[in-house]
Amino acid sequence: MPVRPTGALGKGLLGIYLTALVLLPVAALLAKSSSGGTSAFWRAISSPEAVAAIKLTLIATAIVVVVNAVFGTLIAWMLVRDEFRGKGVVNSMIDLPFALPTIVAGVVLLALYGKDSPVGVNVAFTRVAVGVALLFVTLPFVVRSVQPVLHELDLSMEEAAASLGARSGTVLRRIVLPSLAPAIISGVALSFARAVGEFGSLVLITGNLPFKTEVGSVYIFGQIENDSLPAAAAVSVVLLAAALVVLGVLSLASRRLSRHVQ
Amino acid sequence: MSNSGQNTVTISPAPSGRLAQSAAGDAERAAERAARARRLTVRTIALGYLALLLLAPVAMIFYRTFEHGLAPVWDAIAAPNAQHAFWLSLEVVAIAVPLNTAFGIGMALLLERGHFRGKGLLGLLIDLPFAISPVVVGLSLVLVYGKTGWFGDWLSEQGIQIIFSVPGIVLATAFVSLPFVVRETIPVLRELGTDAEQAAETLGASGWQTFWRVTLPGIRWGVVYGVVLTTARALGEFGAVSIVSGRIEGQTQTLPLYVQDRFENFDSTGAYTAAVVLALLAMATLLLMNLLTRRTRGRMAT
Repeated sequence: MPVRPTGALGKGLLGIYLTALVLLPVAALLAKSSSGGTSAFWRAISSPEAVAAIKLTLIATAIVVVVNAVFGTLIAWMLVRDEFRGKGVVNSMIDLPFALPTIVAGVVLLALYGKDSPVGVNVAFTRVAVGVALLFVTLPFVVRSVQPVLHELDLSMEEAAASLGARSGTVLRRIVLPSLAPAIISGVALSFARAVGEFGSLVLITGNLPFKTEVGSVYIFGQIENDSLPAAAAVSVVLLAAALVVLGVLSLASRRLSRHVQ
Repeated sequence: MSNSGQNTVTISPAPSGRLAQSAAGDAERAAERAARARRLTVRTIALGYLALLLLAPVAMIFYRTFEHGLAPVWDAIAAPNAQHAFWLSLEVVAIAVPLNTAFGIGMALLLERGHFRGKGLLGLLIDLPFAISPVVVGLSLVLVYGKTGWFGDWLSEQGIQIIFSVPGIVLATAFVSLPFVVRETIPVLRELGTDAEQAAETLGASGWQTFWRVTLPGIRWGVVYGVVLTTARALGEFGAVSIVSGRIEGQTQTLPLYVQDRFENFDSTGAYTAAVVLALLAMATLLLMNLLTRRTRGRMAT
């Protein structure tokens, strides 16, 4: 008999832990968001400030994931196909945004792009800052999902196409990109989920100005501080739903495409 | 494929003579030059992007921290609230990480070896913390364990305080770092297979003996990798902890919260110093991760 999660006791403990930590809190969130009925929920998420915050979150996230798709793929391509001194260091640096606490990410960006900027670029308290911070914290996702696929990608196909006279642009469009598309999309999906809920890296650098730089998570934080928990819960549910829907749709698309390529 | 389709691929006649050879050589050289130019362009763009977004800002914070010498940095580290925040962060990590490790190994066994209905759903639930905003995590915990939460009355009757105190910080930290050990252990468990375990059972080992002597040694590097990721995330968690802790100076203020507090009180040396301490811990994590991946790869190669 291979080792199984030992008996009823083990399963019970796992269940209790998961219930106390995740299941009950998420259930409480859903309950609170709908505690005042549909109309209260609707009122909470359609207040002008909430709408502005949700809109900013979604638009900024959409821009950020597109930039990520392009630069993430370029970086992955460089790390796999290029050789130069110090590549190993660059490669391990990519994961830094994952290891760095989010509040530190905010401080780090402010040190260079804040009001004391030595290069004279001050993006603090602007919408640009929202984008920069989100780009920082989501940098590794596309790189790390494209890199292994590119590594496995058979060079001989590209070489064959090139020797048959295909231009490099055609090779890229017809061979490389279609093979990478599933990985790019799954990286984009993870970036999206992360960016929609991002908080720590944004609080210092955006200044949290309502209608201007206040994103969804910061709005929720403000509502909690004001003790309007139902409103906070309602907007939370909207953000969570957005993240889950995009994750679901994109991972489906990614799976479809990878089957198509094979 | 039709015949006419195959005919479209025209094979050029074999080159003969010096002229043709040098022409082919020229073409090859031109192609190589183009490939080189392409590599250089991509390298410039990619490295430029990384320098602007990642390297320069991180280097800048180190410069800013140490620009007035070591004395102010030392004072900032020795400040009582900084000390308290640092040790509180370690305390929280010391509780949350072992909990998540035990849970992670058990859950990985259940998901990889168990057969039951709703397994897919359980897997999704484990990944949920990756899709939830930290702020929402904090709010959800308050709604269950806070004063007005589901268990609020009962908890206060028992004299237990969770929100605005250390247990709440531990819960928030455990929530956001829940998936790492599970996700890193499942693939190594799959790779390990069940042959050695079956052999051990046949030789009369009990379930626990098999687990400690066969399974755990087999999956240990996956588990360790998961633990490293969990620790990094736990040490740096900000949003969820910010809500459940109440941010009471010298009491429930973890190191990331202390960074924010110093920054908002215009104590940039204090903020930068604490941030650099956290950044150094993050870099140590990266180093450890690299060593571990190399170790696993080496093991697989032999």
